[in-house]
Amino acid sequence: MNGLVHGAVYGGVIASVLLTTIAFGIWFERKFAGRMQSRLGPTIVGPFGLLQSVADVVKLLQKEDIVPRDADRPLFDLAPVLAALFSLGVAAVVPFSPTIIASDLDVGVLYILAVGGLMVIPTFMAGWASNNKFALIGGMRAIAQSVSYGVPLVLAVLVPVILSGTLSVSGIVTYQANHHWFLTWPVFIGVPAFAIYYMAMLAESNRIPFDIPEAESELVAGVTTEYTGAKFTLFYMAEYVHTLVGSAVGAALFLGGWDGPFAPGLHWMVLKTLVLFTVVYWVRWSLLRLRSDQLMVLCWKWLTPIGVLLVLGAAAWVQFVPGGFQ
Amino acid sequence: MHAWLSALSFLLVSTLIGVGILAASRAIRVRAKVDSPLKQNTYECGEEPAQVAWMQFHARYYVVALFFVLFDIEAVFLFPWATVLRELGAGAFAAAVTFVLVLMLGWLYALRKEALQWQ
Repeated sequence: MNGLVHGAVYGGVIASVLLTTIAFGIWFERKFAGRMQSRLGPTIVGPFGLLQSVADVVKLLQKEDIVPRDADRPLFDLAPVLAALFSLGVAAVVPFSPTIIASDLDVGVLYILAVGGLMVIPTFMAGWASNNKFALIGGMRAIAQSVSYGVPLVLAVLVPVILSGTLSVSGIVTYQANHHWFLTWPVFIGVPAFAIYYMAMLAESNRIPFDIPEAESELVAGVTTEYTGAKFTLFYMAEYVHTLVGSAVGAALFLGGWDGPFAPGLHWMVLKTLVLFTVVYWVRWSLLRLRSDQLMVLCWKWLTPIGVLLVLGAAAWVQFVPGGFQ
Repeated sequence: MHAWLSALSFLLVSTLIGVGILAASRAIRVRAKVDSPLKQNTYECGEEPAQVAWMQFHARYYVVALFFVLFDIEAVFLFPWATVLRELGAGAFAAAVTFVLVLMLGWLYALRKEALQWQ
């Protein structure tokens, strides 16, 4: 019973903070994109346009709910709720400080991979239920994408698990706090593993250069073509939440999570997460979209063998390097 | 057990947020006074939709999907190994290296057969 209350209270707080963060994160992205393209970004609503996202959400929630006549109504309505569930759900096992963690699962890493990997289901569900050709192609591309990035993601996440010898996310962060961050040492294993994780995270949350299922210049709006109002808001929100939580997971698994000098743990975790989150935008407004087959070649011909080598390298490190044993 | 219950209630809260946003929108959203039958049409760039989209669709990546299953099972085997590697020592390391090398031989074969290509 205690556990249920703990999870509900922390879940409510963490989810609200995440949603507030992405509201301002979207404002920040638009400002950032504006500056990169020599324009101002939002300036009208509130000081510096800060309330732009609030205005957008209120506007979107007021929109009429249009469902195509030929759509599969139950699936069409279910998909956005599932998208919100799976994107927020990953945050349950992320330690934001030594004490702020909703659920300290002993198989947290597995939970992250499982719940995060489920995101492809609402995406394809939306694509199929819309009964729209653009949406269907988007959904098929989402599956093509998930069978590409899945293996490198799992292999990259195995590296911190091997180095720390635990599947618990807070255990991995504690190990890094007591020894060294995995990004810094062993550097020739940690840096490439982190790079693979980051690329797979971008692919999992459908961000450029891997926003293949959405591809607004090719597929209208991909899987969300037929969605309006609140349901579209949920998909849009889920995408940002997924990116933010993915950044937090990356910070916890490779950058030492809440570990850092001079400031409380929460500050460090937030700082690291936001830095990774900002880099997503930087990448987004700098790179071009890959094609499905290019992503497949990248993931299967390059990232998978490199990931396997990293896993064996990490295993050899804890076996044979005296310092690796600690 | 405690942690699993927390995870469960976290997932419930996440679902409630999704449902809550839909409910909030239901309360404040507008409704058109006059409905045009065209509005409920499937979007196809303004044309009348040609057939439905529920058709047979060639998934050109089905071979890759099979490989995905193989490699994911590999990962399932490696996770328990990864957590106890320290205690088990060199024997476990050698076993996993053999296992992964055999799998990578299969990967090399697939690569040479061009099975990892978009067909």
